[in-house]
Amino acid sequence: MNAVTNAAGFPILSLITWLPLVGCAVIMGVRGDEEAVASNARWTALWTSLIVLALSLVLWVDFDPSDPGFQFNEHMTWLPDFKVGYSMGVDGISVLFVLLSTLLTPICILSAWQAIHTRVREFMMSFLILETMMVGMFCATDFVVFYMFFEGVLIPMYLIIGVWGGPRRVYAAVKFFLYTLTGSVLMLLALIAMWLHAGTTDIYTLMHTPFSGHMQFWLFLALFASFAVKVPMWPVHTWLPDAHVEAPTAGSVILAGVLLKMGAYGFLRFSLPMLPEASAYFAPFMFTLSVVAVIYTSLVALAQEDMKKLIAYSSVAHMGVVTIGIFTFNVQGISGALFQMLSHGIVSGALFLIVGVVYDRIHTREIARYGGLGDRMPAYSLIFMLFMMASIGLPGTAGFVGEFLVIIGSLQVNFWLALLGGMGMILGAAYMLFLYRRIIFGRITRDDLRNILDLTPREWAVFAPLIVLTLWMGIYPSSFTSYWDATVGQMVQQHTAALMHTTKLAGMVH
Amino acid sequence: MLYALAVFAPLAGAAVSGLLGRAIGDKAAMGASILGMVIAAICGPLAFFTLTAGDASAGVLDLGSWIEAGRFHVDWALRYDTLSAVMVAMVSFVSMLIHVYSVGYMGHDARPRYRFFSYLSLFSFAMLMLVTANNLAQLFFGWEGVGLCSYLLIGYWYDRPSACAAAIKAFVVNRVADLPFAVGLALIFFKFGSIEFAVIFPAVAQHAADTYHLFGHNYSAIEVIGFLLFIGAMGKSAQLGFHVWLPDAMEGPTPVSALIHAATMVTAGVFLMARMSPLMEYAPVALGFVAFIGGSTALFAATIGCTQFDIKRVIAYSTCSQLGYMFAAAGVGVYQASVFHLITHAFFKALLFLSAGSVIHAMSDEQDMRKMGGLARHIPITCAVMWIGNLALAGIPPFAGYWSKDAIISATWAAHSGIGVYAFICTVLAAFLTAFYSWRLLFMTFHGQSRADHHVMEHVHESPWVMLVPLIALACGAVFAGWALDNWFIGAGWPSFWNGSIYNGQHNHVIENLEHVPYIVELLPLIVGLAGIALAYVMYIANPLLPVRMAQAFGPVYRFVFNKWYFDELYAVIFVRPAIRLSRLLWQVGDVTIIDGVPNGLAELTTDSSRQVVRIQTGSLAVYAFVMLIGVVVLVGVFMLTVML
Repeated sequence: MNAVTNAAGFPILSLITWLPLVGCAVIMGVRGDEEAVASNARWTALWTSLIVLALSLVLWVDFDPSDPGFQFNEHMTWLPDFKVGYSMGVDGISVLFVLLSTLLTPICILSAWQAIHTRVREFMMSFLILETMMVGMFCATDFVVFYMFFEGVLIPMYLIIGVWGGPRRVYAAVKFFLYTLTGSVLMLLALIAMWLHAGTTDIYTLMHTPFSGHMQFWLFLALFASFAVKVPMWPVHTWLPDAHVEAPTAGSVILAGVLLKMGAYGFLRFSLPMLPEASAYFAPFMFTLSVVAVIYTSLVALAQEDMKKLIAYSSVAHMGVVTIGIFTFNVQGISGALFQMLSHGIVSGALFLIVGVVYDRIHTREIARYGGLGDRMPAYSLIFMLFMMASIGLPGTAGFVGEFLVIIGSLQVNFWLALLGGMGMILGAAYMLFLYRRIIFGRITRDDLRNILDLTPREWAVFAPLIVLTLWMGIYPSSFTSYWDATVGQMVQQHTAALMHTTKLAGMVH
Repeated sequence: MLYALAVFAPLAGAAVSGLLGRAIGDKAAMGASILGMVIAAICGPLAFFTLTAGDASAGVLDLGSWIEAGRFHVDWALRYDTLSAVMVAMVSFVSMLIHVYSVGYMGHDARPRYRFFSYLSLFSFAMLMLVTANNLAQLFFGWEGVGLCSYLLIGYWYDRPSACAAAIKAFVVNRVADLPFAVGLALIFFKFGSIEFAVIFPAVAQHAADTYHLFGHNYSAIEVIGFLLFIGAMGKSAQLGFHVWLPDAMEGPTPVSALIHAATMVTAGVFLMARMSPLMEYAPVALGFVAFIGGSTALFAATIGCTQFDIKRVIAYSTCSQLGYMFAAAGVGVYQASVFHLITHAFFKALLFLSAGSVIHAMSDEQDMRKMGGLARHIPITCAVMWIGNLALAGIPPFAGYWSKDAIISATWAAHSGIGVYAFICTVLAAFLTAFYSWRLLFMTFHGQSRADHHVMEHVHESPWVMLVPLIALACGAVFAGWALDNWFIGAGWPSFWNGSIYNGQHNHVIENLEHVPYIVELLPLIVGLAGIALAYVMYIANPLLPVRMAQAFGPVYRFVFNKWYFDELYAVIFVRPAIRLSRLLWQVGDVTIIDGVPNGLAELTTDSSRQVVRIQTGSLAVYAFVMLIGVVVLVGVFMLTVML
């Protein structure tokens, strides 16, 4: 460990990463009757995740935004013969995603407080393991370490969907697993190829290792297969609606909030800096898929009759905006993409919680079963309105900044990219307002809705941080963008430089 | 300071009444909202008068950084110049009157009213942020904010399906126009490196020759920007093609219609043109398009106004038509006249809507003019102020509309261009129709025989004073505003009054030529206006059977106009239904059948083949088959890598 570069003075990243596993061990050791075990498991999980959250705030405070490189670095030799090390660090791109993961985990645990009542201990353990995997993935600065965490995320998520999910949970879980694993196999190939070429798997070294144009071409496709599934990009998105529909609320929140960001993060961490020429070569291809995703999935969302499925499809459309932003290769586009990832993490997570609130009461996600909730649930309607508006990018909320910056970034590439990529503004408004109308507006016609209760104090506690963040990110977004401004600036600069120094990829492929 | 108070007091009022409404009670919440608005209505005009009196200098009040990304940088700030200040004064004052009026109007509504007042105040705040923006991003903030509030207020009675539909329609139609607007902002950033007004305006001249490649041609970048911004303005200001949301917007309570049609929302587009005048002046083709759309909308909406029977709908189409006038003026480069008409129109249109509300109130929520008539005796004050409003609308001197509307018609003539002549003809014809439908409304509502049933007539009563006082205040504005402001807005005093906040190009002398149009041109609007009134008298008082016979005689034409030129039906066929059909198709065929079909098919293939294998060998081999599949992938991959390296 290099103490000089670590502002915290102790291996904080490892601590944040592995602490949830300690909580997990504690929960495993709990004995007693079922009720006591469940209660203990809940409280232990909540406290563990809160401590992790508190620790991660050190990153928020101590992170130096003016330094574009990795900070809080840690290094341990692990497989010295293969030049593979256990190394961790965060830069402007990853630091806020660590915070996003540590914030959403306690919120999820709190939201599952009563919703999960079977195998509570195992559920809480899965969640803590999931947290370890997510945080580790964002902190890893070695490709092998990254790969292990990246794949490790699958296991607890698979269990969360498959054990605590809805009626078709097994189909959804297997689909989720197969889709994402198939992509991962190709990433492993890319990993091996890069290691053979560079002799190391250190991410920083790999970023500064030139790969031949021919190799970049194949490496890009291999990584693309993995990341595109995770984003998910059209047409490999269909696992997502099924996974969301079957997953319990907490699972959906973390899936939309953090897991969807892994693909886009991968593009930013690997494809863009390590394979600049291939990225530039494939940019039009990425734009095409993204624009199709925005328009196609927004339209599909319009036709949905299941609340969760609708929001799941809207996620695909929002992530389409992210991938557009990433491949514009300019500061506004990438900055917008990062902001959109963060805001989508908060807002879509909140929307799944919104669905969870009524699902816990009425036990159905069918939109037609609702209507007229505004009369009985004014506070719920207000919060729903806020997150809906954030989702459709109303200025002053989190959703606007990312989308707007991506439009600004993409116009510098192409007029039609900006216009078509922005179609989500219109279609998003259509499907979200339509959803809101069917659930909140109108008259109550069903008897079981007449006595439905408004938010409980526990639910307020779940929503409060998300409300604050949504408005904060909308009104004062520069307090977030400042974290990655330097890193993104450097990334764009290096990308431009790399393109200038080498000949066009197209010439080398043929 | 006064200025910031004028902008943020409504926000505070909205927050208190909206968030604490249930806790502090309905009355207190209402009080908080009105208090915020009264503060704004005192500070706003004061800030305006101190500026024009020279006691304060124009400037920018910086509130802090908003969005930053590399070179892209925008601040929260309040711009303090004549154009912004005059808008702030008007918006805060008119909005305050509407707040007061709402106390009476919403008095018998079954729901608690704090939600309504919170939305009203928020609406005013969004509009104030829009007009005080110092960059296009903040303008967009206000722009979308008024969109949100209009959605909330149009759908205020959310248990009515028609209100919900109208609310969604308003928001989505606006969004359709907002997208090109946002792209226009992006293009401005691309060309100018900033979207701050202070950076853009001085740089326009240098970029005048810039080109932008689109549709396979190179166009002037400024022209493209001008078009994109104007499409945004068309949405917000309900111009031809985007007008469909405005008439439906009257599904909201009547004070909301007054707010949308007069002070907030629809005037935003006109304001945008005036604000961006330094840029628009370098986009002559886009300006020609503005004048074309403006003139066309003025005439088109007026024709529909002549055939409607719903009292609010007539006034709604009249707004659409009057906005057309404003754009016509902007299109020929006389932004001063368009803002002038915006201000006078705000007074008399708020007056008309609120007095229509008073009529509806009196008639036990009846809106159909065919069931009214002879109300003048029962509600004399409402009748009197509505006469004033219509006199102003029709441009009869010395009422407010005469000054501003006359100026616009003169301006289109003085432009001496082909498009100017087109706009001139449209606006003159529209002036005739305006007078006609205004007096048709007056005659059908207040004069002649009553057509209501006697139960309703027994309950007809004048509105309470809390509603009448705002009406009288607005009526004063409708009488005097034109006469009082004429000299400053477009008369001799305009250069010092506007003080550079509106820009006219070097070769744009239309405003100077306003006084030199032929006498007949100046007189023409008045003549056609009186003719319109005369025709309305003949048709609705002298010979009440004539309209029915005419409708029968001109059957197809009448039905075409009465059905609003079938725009709604056309859009349903072209956009709405195909979009819904396409969305089902993409879902069921695209996702479920094709995209999911491949992996599911693969899975079935695996299970099928495993069943085949099972027949030969015992034991489940599905898992093994999948492992083998992975093995193949790995093998092929390794092979590829070795070939490659």
